[in-house]
Amino acid sequence: MSVKPEATQQRQEAISQHQDPARRRDATRRREPTSRQIREEGLWRAMGLRDEEYRQIVEILGREPNYTELGMYAVLWSEHCAYKHTRPLFKLFPTSGPRILQGPGENAGVVDIGDGQAVVFKVESHNHPSAVEPYQGAATGVGGIVRDIFTMGARPVAVLDSLRFGSLEDPRVRYLFSGVVSGISGYGNCLGLPTVGGEAYFDDCYAQNPLVNVMCVGLAKQDEIALASAKGVGNPVMVVGATTGRDGIHGATFASVELNERSEEKRPSVQVGDPFTEKLLIEACLEAIRSGAVVGIQDMGAAGLTSSASEMAGRAGSGIEMDIALVPRREEGMTPYEMMLSESQERMLVVPQKGREEELMAIFARWGLQAVVVGRVTDDGLLRVTENGEVVAEVPARSLTTDGAPVYRPEARRPAYLDELWAFDWRKLPEPEGPEALGAALLTLLAAPTIASKEWVYRQYDYMVQTNTVAGPGSDAAVLRVRGPGNGKGAVKGISLTIDSNGRYCYLDPFTGGRIAVAEAARNLVCTGAEPLAVTDGLNFGNPEKPEIYWQLTRAVEGIASACRELGTPVVGGNASLYNETNGEAIYPTPVIGMVGLLADVERRCTSAFGREGDRIVLLGPVGEELGGSEYLKQVHGIVAGRPPALDLDMEKRVQKLCLAAIHRGLLRSAHDCAEGGLAVALAESCIGGNIGATVRLPYRERADAALFGESQSRILVSVAPENLDELRQLAGGYAVPVLPLGEVGGAGLRVELARIEPEGRIEPEGQTGPGTIYLPLEAMVQNWRESIARYMKK
Amino acid sequence: MWLARIRVMLKKGVLDPQGKAVLGALQTQGYKRVQEVRVGKYLEVRLHSMGRIEAEAEVEEMCRRLLSNPVIEEFSFELDELPESAER
Amino acid sequence: MKFAIVVFPGSNCDRDCFYAARDVIGQEAEFVWHTHRDLSGFDCVILPGGFSYGDYLRSGAIARFAPVMTEVERFARAGGPVLGICNGFQILLEAGLLPGAMLRNRDLQFRCEETFIRVETSRTPFTGLCREGQVLKVPIAHGEGNYFIDEAGLKDLEANRQIVFRYTDASGRVTPESNPNGSVSNIAGICNRQGNVVGLMPHPERSCEGMLGSADGRVIFESVVADLAGRGVARAANALMDRQTIHQVEKAAGGASGCR
Repeated sequence: MSVKPEATQQRQEAISQHQDPARRRDATRRREPTSRQIREEGLWRAMGLRDEEYRQIVEILGREPNYTELGMYAVLWSEHCAYKHTRPLFKLFPTSGPRILQGPGENAGVVDIGDGQAVVFKVESHNHPSAVEPYQGAATGVGGIVRDIFTMGARPVAVLDSLRFGSLEDPRVRYLFSGVVSGISGYGNCLGLPTVGGEAYFDDCYAQNPLVNVMCVGLAKQDEIALASAKGVGNPVMVVGATTGRDGIHGATFASVELNERSEEKRPSVQVGDPFTEKLLIEACLEAIRSGAVVGIQDMGAAGLTSSASEMAGRAGSGIEMDIALVPRREEGMTPYEMMLSESQERMLVVPQKGREEELMAIFARWGLQAVVVGRVTDDGLLRVTENGEVVAEVPARSLTTDGAPVYRPEARRPAYLDELWAFDWRKLPEPEGPEALGAALLTLLAAPTIASKEWVYRQYDYMVQTNTVAGPGSDAAVLRVRGPGNGKGAVKGISLTIDSNGRYCYLDPFTGGRIAVAEAARNLVCTGAEPLAVTDGLNFGNPEKPEIYWQLTRAVEGIASACRELGTPVVGGNASLYNETNGEAIYPTPVIGMVGLLADVERRCTSAFGREGDRIVLLGPVGEELGGSEYLKQVHGIVAGRPPALDLDMEKRVQKLCLAAIHRGLLRSAHDCAEGGLAVALAESCIGGNIGATVRLPYRERADAALFGESQSRILVSVAPENLDELRQLAGGYAVPVLPLGEVGGAGLRVELARIEPEGRIEPEGQTGPGTIYLPLEAMVQNWRESIARYMKK
Repeated sequence: MWLARIRVMLKKGVLDPQGKAVLGALQTQGYKRVQEVRVGKYLEVRLHSMGRIEAEAEVEEMCRRLLSNPVIEEFSFELDELPESAER
Repeated sequence: MKFAIVVFPGSNCDRDCFYAARDVIGQEAEFVWHTHRDLSGFDCVILPGGFSYGDYLRSGAIARFAPVMTEVERFARAGGPVLGICNGFQILLEAGLLPGAMLRNRDLQFRCEETFIRVETSRTPFTGLCREGQVLKVPIAHGEGNYFIDEAGLKDLEANRQIVFRYTDASGRVTPESNPNGSVSNIAGICNRQGNVVGLMPHPERSCEGMLGSADGRVIFESVVADLAGRGVARAANALMDRQTIHQVEKAAGGASGCR
């Protein structure tokens, strides 16, 4: 495409004079409001822009924006794209480290795993679209994050999903839940991308506003990492992949407002995914990147052409000029406004080296995909959009990006509700009487959808394709074998992946909740034998313009940042989804932590299942009796209150180091994180996993229920062969970690003898048990745990 | 210009799990009189002008070869002539 | 020997089959693009799993018209061993190289899980090393694996010993609970009359290494390697024997096809 400089000059003049008759005629022809109408009627407000933001745009442009330009700013300056409220907070995160090759700022983070290989990963939310159209909302969520990974030159190797829904008693929640799961399944399976892990929590606060966070992980050769930067003046700009239609216009703005009864009317905003085209895009883009002809490449995500072009130019400090008449379209009569804001899926913006366009076109054609030159890289820093040569929008590219968007630090105020919730004392609750009641409480917890087996979910996901899944869903963390250098000679590497959060903890104390989310994710990885490397975060919160919400957000980020710093796991990228509210009610603050770890030798891994009769069961870490914020309080007493369990990061670090060292020495037969439902649920899960019982003696100081179901942190339940117990004890001494032998593996059920610790520290002698002994046959536990979600879904 | 409206249905006797699921959903929503539901596919195919007999033969053939699987499905279609202005 | 792994747009187990054939079994393997019209030089053709053409219209319905399928048909007619896995099986059905059709799974959901399949016949090149009645632990991952054939067709399959695998429990019993998708007669895999074209829904390429949960699927790849080695011997001897006779000869000779 060639544009004569003088012609450009003239058009530039024309465009800067909004009174210009030609330009007005143009707007009328498209039946779009003129700059004057925009000003007089305050049309930016309907697009979600504030008055001062409109003034800022006028200042940047030195004139009033036309309708197309206004729309471009409105979408890119939405919270979803611009992170207006979260950007200052992101600065708190540690983002660098010896293994970090690429921190935040690109499409995804990149971490060195040795041998010239890198792992590339990121989490992204698709909450609002999933609330309105669960199947397509979730499916396109998968599509978007997968594109972020392969545009980096990495082959996507795994997907994990973090889901939050209301109670499964509610038929509409079941509709949303099953739609989201089928959407993830339908899209991910078709791509041949295994969904290897995830989590699902159920709580009323998510009934109207479910959370769908998807993390994608890719593997790349370090020298084939591609960046999303439009470098090289004169290089062509190509649009690749699917055609452009009217779908999803203003999707990003939609994601930045609260939901209400009328949200369902916004259905046209939800895009439809085409996983088949995406699969072809993956193969074609990876081939194109390997060819060396690609200078920069970026997915057209939210706000499609506008965001990809401005971000690529912004990163390179260049400009882009493109003619939208050249962009292949699916519908007739689309206006520049619609073309620039369309969120049609499975499209990419590619900047090839000048002269190698044909080569790339041939690669894409082989995969049945269109690749069309629509413009070129310029040196004037402007995003100039033309239609058949006539300028229809012209703005400084960087002003559209996060660097140019406004930043807000609203007032933060500690919510008043906390005083009341913190005043709650679980010690005043009536205690379940006798072992039967405690056993029944354990069965109730095992059947609670948050704790119960997620098999109903993950059996709909192809978690084995690519034949690297060594530990799949249902494990503390997934483990993938990494092929490549080293295969056949010496150890085979592995990566371990997890995604984790507890919104209830964050609701009760966002700082501690944020810290726990990081600590627990790391603990999950450690239980498989992996060393935690780096984090991606998905911040799901309510409306940040409310001081209480902004306080939650700030405190949670501070908590995450401190834990990441302490545990040596930098944040390499992430996503924020705010305005998760329905009719003024916010969800629990839910920062989701995705984490990646490395196993130097994948054969030296550990599972959570008890392995052999006679093995000793040992608790690594402190014994705690804390019930605040526990699943037990909610499920058995119907209470959400108290303070979440305390977290001592120093102890956490030592427990994790001990567990890793023990796994590497081959001492452990199993290792399982104590999480929701506490030690009792951890014991039951290790029994169910190994299809074998256990007999333990559990000491407690204050209350048996707190020792059984309390969710104290920094605890790992392990089993060891009897002959290794002494070595484990010695090892633990070196890390100053308490070790409590609990009992041994064996039998056809879980037997827990409760033993009160006398005030002077003496444990009751055996046989003289206080409340007695809980006994649950394996079968009863399995029945409650395995089929619980399926039973709800059959309703 | 011809417009073929093609329906592809599972043969009688072949279990239709989708139909069964929809039937169950309708009944639980109180449509007690619903007796049976079968779920099929509906396709619209536009063809350039030719004689009706030729057009019918061509649609018949594409249904047999690609659009339906004769092992489990049966098809039917209607053919309507459209004004030439509809030609794209 | 050399495997051809056919790649259709949307195939996604092609790389897994390639890895199993080359890196696990140690044979030569090459990807063959769907537009390719030449299979000379290949000893065995694998149609891998995935979602060819997005499974739009019907699974396998569009892929069967790919240019390469004419060659696959010719290869099969000449007696060459052809294995269709999952989507590959669906393509073989659509192409009419195997009888029957696929319906959506009984419960309408995609199912990914370990299954046990029983080897019903060792007469195919892909089961030659198996003992009849042997149970293999091999996973499935599909949404449309509910095998359908009418009663007359089923009788034919049985009469001609064309049922190759059935879903069973771990001990090899055919039970309703062990049928993951509603297939007629628990059928997991079948062959053509000659036995050289085999299709199955489970994924043997996913169970070739203990690390991944099972190595039971290896025997399917190893069988065809042994079968072709045997054929080579037979050809050299210029003996006109059908495969079963070869098989018996090998057994008698205590060769590669001993029971595992």
